[in-house]
Amino acid sequence: MPIGGSKVGERLPGYRGLALKMLLEAGADIGDLIRIVKDNVVLEGILIPRSEYSDDKHVVIKSRSGYNIGVEITPATRVERIRAEMKPLFAPPPPPEQRAGLPKVTILSTGGTIASRVDYRTGAVRPVISASDLYSIVPELSDIALIDAEILFSIFSEDLTPKHWSAMARAAADHISRGVDGVVITHGTDTMGYSAAALSFALQNLPVPVVFVGAQRSEDRPSSDAPMNLIGAVYAASRAPFAEVTVAMHETPSDEAIIIHRGTKVRKCHTSRRDAFKTVNSKPLARIVNNKIFILANNYQPRDLERKIILRSEFDERAALIKFYPGMNPKIIDWYVSEGYRGIVLEGTGLGHARRECFPAIRRAIDAGVIVAMTSQCIWGRVNMNVYSNGRDLLSIGVIPLGDMLAETALVKMMWCLAQSKSIDDAKNLLIANIANEFSDRTVEHFEPPKFSRREGALEIEN
Amino acid sequence: MKIDYYALGLKVGLECHQQLATRGKLFCSCKPYLFKGEPEIIFLRRLRPTQSELGQVDPAAFFEFQKGMKILYEADAETSCLVEMDEEPPHELNREALDVSLTIALMMNAKPVDEIYVMRKIVIDGSNTTGFQRTCVVAVDGSINVDGKNVPIQHICLEEDAARKIGEEGFLIRYRIDRLGIPLVEITTGPVINTPEEAERVALAIGKILRSTKRVKRGIGTIRQDLNISIRDGALVEIKGVQDLELISKVVEFEVQRQLNLLKIRDELRRRGLREDELKGEFFDVTSVFRETRCQILRRAISQGKIILAVKLPKLAGLLGFELTPGLRFGGELADRARFWGRVGGILHTDELKSYGVSDEEISELRRSVGAGEEDAVVIVADKIENASDALKAVVERVREAINGVPEETRAANPDGTTRYMRPRPGAARMYPETDVPPIKITREHLERLRAQLPEPPEEKIKRLMSSYGINEKLARQLLDMEYDDLFEFTVKETNVTPTVAAATLTETFKALKREGVKIENLTDEQIVEIFKIVALEKTSKESIPEIVKWLTEHEGSSPMDAIKELGLTMVSEEKLKSLIEEYLDKNRDLISERKLGAIGALMGIIMKDLRGKAKPELVNKILREKLEERLKG
Ligand SMILES: [Zn+2]
Repeated sequence: MPIGGSKVGERLPGYRGLALKMLLEAGADIGDLIRIVKDNVVLEGILIPRSEYSDDKHVVIKSRSGYNIGVEITPATRVERIRAEMKPLFAPPPPPEQRAGLPKVTILSTGGTIASRVDYRTGAVRPVISASDLYSIVPELSDIALIDAEILFSIFSEDLTPKHWSAMARAAADHISRGVDGVVITHGTDTMGYSAAALSFALQNLPVPVVFVGAQRSEDRPSSDAPMNLIGAVYAASRAPFAEVTVAMHETPSDEAIIIHRGTKVRKCHTSRRDAFKTVNSKPLARIVNNKIFILANNYQPRDLERKIILRSEFDERAALIKFYPGMNPKIIDWYVSEGYRGIVLEGTGLGHARRECFPAIRRAIDAGVIVAMTSQCIWGRVNMNVYSNGRDLLSIGVIPLGDMLAETALVKMMWCLAQSKSIDDAKNLLIANIANEFSDRTVEHFEPPKFSRREGALEIEN
Repeated sequence: MKIDYYALGLKVGLECHQQLATRGKLFCSCKPYLFKGEPEIIFLRRLRPTQSELGQVDPAAFFEFQKGMKILYEADAETSCLVEMDEEPPHELNREALDVSLTIALMMNAKPVDEIYVMRKIVIDGSNTTGFQRTCVVAVDGSINVDGKNVPIQHICLEEDAARKIGEEGFLIRYRIDRLGIPLVEITTGPVINTPEEAERVALAIGKILRSTKRVKRGIGTIRQDLNISIRDGALVEIKGVQDLELISKVVEFEVQRQLNLLKIRDELRRRGLREDELKGEFFDVTSVFRETRCQILRRAISQGKIILAVKLPKLAGLLGFELTPGLRFGGELADRARFWGRVGGILHTDELKSYGVSDEEISELRRSVGAGEEDAVVIVADKIENASDALKAVVERVREAINGVPEETRAANPDGTTRYMRPRPGAARMYPETDVPPIKITREHLERLRAQLPEPPEEKIKRLMSSYGINEKLARQLLDMEYDDLFEFTVKETNVTPTVAAATLTETFKALKREGVKIENLTDEQIVEIFKIVALEKTSKESIPEIVKWLTEHEGSSPMDAIKELGLTMVSEEKLKSLIEEYLDKNRDLISERKLGAIGALMGIIMKDLRGKAKPELVNKILREKLEERLKG
């Protein structure tokens, strides 16, 4: 029996020290029925893996009643293996029959597990990725589209880089040029806004929609928002009249409406709520209620299968997003320049301001050929650098104001412009051009989410 | 009829759920109270049954999901936050609640676990916004002694209470989430209870231990019992939500009676030779039979465009009217199932059709339509075709179960001790770890600290109160039941009030006042102590306590001294008393001359009527006797 090394780690995940030694001596494996005798108390249960951050003094078992309990192991404790328990075999219900003539949708998964199932024996949660598994877990999908599923990567969204945006863009373009009616990309929510902005620039001349989707509540719970978000995303990908890069998520805490945001205008604005994603400084594109699409913004690019997609998937990672704060040391800006950065997006205060102490550093950056652009940390509203002298001075130094563009979108666009341009001037011109509705000319009164009211036992949307 | 429960093989296990009186909820800092009035927050959800690795889904839950069951949650901002809405992960486990549950565990001789794991127990009827209940085993393997019998306590769990259901309209259920997350301790006994009366005694004993911690909630709905009841040849039936401890023995009696009667039906069906394959589940649209009916229910249904669907139940004639428990006939069990699975209002059957105004001709036409003979029964239901056929499917299924005796199921307790069908018994509890809450180690030092502060066990405390204070057992028990035991001891030590006066006031007087509608709960402990203090100092008499209490509950923030001043209950000085008594004697000369010393009783009555609370009766009596003797001599 091998002791030490990764083999043991795999066999008895999370166990170390005395607990590991006792379990190995007893010959126990995860999922085995074991008996622990200690201070005249006899405890029986199934051996459960232990979190890698826990101590090395406890063994976790699942008792017959289904509860997990941790038992402290002392040198006087006795551990016995009783027998291997039947390893349950998961027999998914047969996938529903595919209906011919439905639109084709590709689901690209990037690591945000949109569907998963729980091993109630050990508590492990496993992602479900194949199309047939998806159908059996969310059978409604089979009424909406013929689905082709592909795993791009399996990483947390905070670990994604611009290289992954490029890969997503290439994969989406590939499936689109093969004639699918829409693409859904499942994504962890933390950086989904960045990826959606990236693909908004990288996928030009789209014939069909590309819909990002995630979940704020884990998929293993009956209350997860994942199935409804996924159904909404597939519905939009297969039938929406627009051909743009979008994000589909819950509109409110209720399981009632899916709201479709534009990829360049959307931001995660809450750490945990189902309706964390908001369209900023604009109206969302559409709302889906009971498999009906309601268009909220009419200036969209219509779906047209004849249109040929243009792929511009390169990003130059030498661009930074710097949030200005009181007392910020100007050397921070100098450091980026010395590191060879080619673009800086400042998240200034208010209408687009920064401390005067920073001006020389900003000037040095621009003189060195770095593009410096201004967004606002207020999130809502547009920058206007003509109102105060601080702003006017920054403009005269050469800082480019970016209107009502989100700071995150501006960073992504900066990376894209730098990669797409031969000269600094080309890049600057591209930066201020409206490529994918990242700018809006007018800001109207805040868009309010719909109010829910009860009427004769049913919810109806007032808007 | 005396039933020998031992001979029937009765086995009862209790699951006692008690809300804890903590400052916050189990996984957030919301107020652990219920709100009244209109909700400030409303949201709608659907819960999707998750599939276990074993491929099991809860059939009832899956059925409801397929039917499009929606849940409307109501909340207010005081009692619910994003945690209850399942819009934010749970915060850390409430340590105050953990300590109370560990205290209870130690009092029940249970062994606390070394490391606590919070689990998610799948519950998708909507009572938990997450679709699971958070619960953890705090201790295992305890026991309590109930009248000499050792009752094993299998485990003690700490869990979150569920949302409360406030309505149901078709496939929309309404819940309020104020109750969701209130800490609940669950005590599970072994199935060792053999009689209805014993079940009640065990429940009362558990309740006393819980209350002795002084950290549990009181009042309706704060303690709920689930009972697992089985008899030999019957089935394990789980009865949920018995709120009144005094109902427990009745619930057990009725359940035994129900199971025995179901076994009688089984025997009768076997005698009649009903086979399962005869239950075909063929439904007939018999709407046309009732076009001209005088039966109000059916006429209304037809006018609303509903159809009337019928099914033949072979060889069941006469059995649907068979009474199982008071008010519940076998037909009622079929109706419960029809309501649950078909969401219909109810069913009608041939054993009762006549009493609903259906004519003999219609009944024979109905029988003809479904091919039923005299020995068969026919069940009809009026609704939309889809609901009606779901309802009749459930009816046929219930009859199929009747051939085999008693079905395992979960039932809900009615206020009279009878029960109604709630849902099929869920399969093995599906649980997996709540990964958002880290495991909690229980250290030896922590347990020692709790052990050093354990409340006195209730039975020991009763004995001590009797011997130390000379009060009788009834008063001692009542003090504990009303949780005035500690206040009683404090008062007697602090104020020199006679123990029996204090005990009788805190129990019998307070109970009587409560019955009159006096809000005793508004009284603070300080006010109560102060009342006894002024009685002990003879500033007023003990007879005026009820009046003082009543006044204090109506005048918030006042002191007992304010009360006796306002009510004129200050004691009359002895000098003043003497002159007053002289006056009374003057006024009643005739009486005195007639009865001599014998007038003392009547005079006491007259005087005390005016001086009640202002003078001690013993003193009045003494002075009166002296004065009277003086006059009679002179
Ligand atoms: Zn809360």
